[in-house]
Amino acid sequence: AKTRESMASRVNNLVKRYRKVDEDFFEELEEILISADVGVNTVLELVEKLKDEARTRNIKETEQLKDVIIEVLSSMLTEEEKDTSIAMQADGLTVILVVGVNGVGKTTTIGKMAYKFKEEGKSVLLAAGDTFRAGAIEQLEVWGQRANVDVIKHHEGSDPAAVVYDAVMAAKSRGVDVLICDTAGRLQNKVNLMKELEKVKRVISREIPEAPHEVLLVLDATTGQNAMNQAKIFGEATDVSGIVLTKLDGTAKGGIVLAIRHELDLPVKFVGLGEGIHDLQPFDSDTFVYGLFSE
Amino acid sequence: MAFENLADRLQETFKKIRGKGKVSEADVKQMTREVRLALLEADVNFKVVKDFINRIKERAVGQEVLKSLTPGQQVIKVVQEELTTLMGGEQSKLHMSNKPPTVVMLVGLQGAGKTTTTGKLANYIRKQQNKKPLLAACDIYRPAAIKQLQTLGSQLDMPVFAMGDKESPVEIAKQAVAKAKEDHNDIVFIDTAGRLHVDDALMEELENIKEATQPDEIILVVDAMTGQDAVNVAESFNERLGLTGVVMTKLDGDTRGGAALSVKAVTGTPIKFVGMGEKLDALEPFHPERMASRILGMGDVLTLIEKA
Ligand SMILES: Nc1nc2c(ncn2[C@@H]2O[C@H](COP(=O)(O)OP(=O)(O)OP(=O)(O)O)[C@@H](O)[C@H]2O)c(=O)[nH]1
Ligand SMILES: Nc1nc2c(ncn2[C@@H]2O[C@H](COP(=O)(O)OP(=O)(O)OP(=O)(O)O)[C@@H](O)[C@H]2O)c(=O)[nH]1
Ligand SMILES: [Mg+2]
Ligand SMILES: [Mg+2]
Repeated sequence: AKTRESMASRVNNLVKRYRKVDEDFFEELEEILISADVGVNTVLELVEKLKDEARTRNIKETEQLKDVIIEVLSSMLTEEEKDTSIAMQADGLTVILVVGVNGVGKTTTIGKMAYKFKEEGKSVLLAAGDTFRAGAIEQLEVWGQRANVDVIKHHEGSDPAAVVYDAVMAAKSRGVDVLICDTAGRLQNKVNLMKELEKVKRVISREIPEAPHEVLLVLDATTGQNAMNQAKIFGEATDVSGIVLTKLDGTAKGGIVLAIRHELDLPVKFVGLGEGIHDLQPFDSDTFVYGLFSE
Repeated sequence: MAFENLADRLQETFKKIRGKGKVSEADVKQMTREVRLALLEADVNFKVVKDFINRIKERAVGQEVLKSLTPGQQVIKVVQEELTTLMGGEQSKLHMSNKPPTVVMLVGLQGAGKTTTTGKLANYIRKQQNKKPLLAACDIYRPAAIKQLQTLGSQLDMPVFAMGDKESPVEIAKQAVAKAKEDHNDIVFIDTAGRLHVDDALMEELENIKEATQPDEIILVVDAMTGQDAVNVAESFNERLGLTGVVMTKLDGDTRGGAALSVKAVTGTPIKFVGMGEKLDALEPFHPERMASRILGMGDVLTLIEKA
């Protein structure tokens, strides 16, 4: 309901300023959506739909189009609800692999998730799979301390697949509930690094055939259209099962995840709302779309 | 839909109006529509796109269609020229103080690449100008941020000034500059914590660091993948601090990097360098015309035009 209200007020505003249904009117509608980083193709598709409606129903006044706009938008934006829960194994180990480009918030999100699962009464283990970036292992260790969970690590420069293998072994022998594996940030066009990631995933699957149970792609809400490429290519390489959208505490709206859900059918599972250990929330599409339309 | 680049787009448009001697207003409208979409898909801010399109319209209407160029190529040329001009000349230099040490402060959103760029710039200036840099660890918030800078320092064999995470960043920065004077380091790079441009307390902290150290350069580090929000970010940092330059990071990716245009348009400050990788030598001077081609989704527009 919140969604509809906020869209309605934005659309009302627009309708007041443009009385006639014309190109300028549609262009501004496009801009509202584009300014929230909703994918350009998705926006064009939406606006095309509305233009068709206006034509077939012979609508000339924007006032008459208002309800149609709200209808079309909200149906497209809040389409079928996706399952946003984490695929926790009823008994036995759940393995979560966390992937994404550089600096999006993977390690921080892992710290927050570890804390969250701990709070839910689960035992958690972390794998320091970023052996490349300066200070990455130490960073995860600090998060381990904050969440009060152990971190399996090797030294900087070692093979990430080996770290993850050790972590899976440790998780099994200790009988923990959840293992979360950190990986180094990598841009999706780096073929070798994407191969390395595939290998890390294979190592996990070899030990536990149905694992990883979740492959979470972390996306930075500040990112624009490139997030679509990230979702496509990481998706192909590692069979991503869900998205974590970070840095939504800023002014960026992260609208690109709509296009990603629309085109790739990937659900957002969590959102990051700050740098603190509590700043992780389940994704709520109403709140999200509300934010999209706020100024 | 979704053409790979503007050239394809315009070609498609121009199939319809081939053989005309003059570019009419209606043609221009068609073309600018395509240009607009290409820029939006490259993440150029929509307001910046709007202004830009108006300039293009002015320049393109009534133009004679050159014999040597198809109208599509001609428009691309105009667009590319305008983009290049907007992005400014090549200014890949750091302003050096005549009273050393030169102070360079790096600021930006979380995860943009500040710490890595600190290492890269220090490495670059030592190589190019034989300077002796000191790195100052003023991020007391992010877990292991100091350790990260220290690791880069040891990879570069360069001193890092740190006071742990209990002192205030302002104090650390001040003492780093004093230490540089004492040790005859001629340039100090201040690595600051990532922060949101709307975080008033942390933005004020940056103002205080500026006040205390009187930097010669205040560099905004911007992730090249940034979307429409780039203008808000750049505007806020510029208003609070008065930026002197920009470094665009992660251009080794496949992003079109339209944020470069947005940031330049709202701050007016030059983009000085681009980050092309995670390694400490992956820093290059900024080339406006290359960036323009990239935003338009073309390898090298000029050769494309010349070949025609
Ligand atoms: N404001 C805000 N900052 C965040 C959020 N999530 C992470 N950050 C910050 O973003 C920066 C990068 O986070 P990391 O967790 O190191 O990102 P990463 O993806 O692991 O980075 P690499 O391992 O270098 O690729 C840090 O300064 C974090 O504190 C969030 O939801 N909101
Ligand atoms: N591919 C690529 N990665 C880069 C580039 N510059 C920085 N990075 C990576 O981006 C991530 C974040 O870089 P940092 O230098 O830690 O960013 P920061 O702005 O200091 O982050 P905070 O201090 O958390 O705000 C790291 O994984 C870096 O290796 C670049 O030009 N290309
Ligand atoms: Mg990390
Ligand atoms: Mg940093």
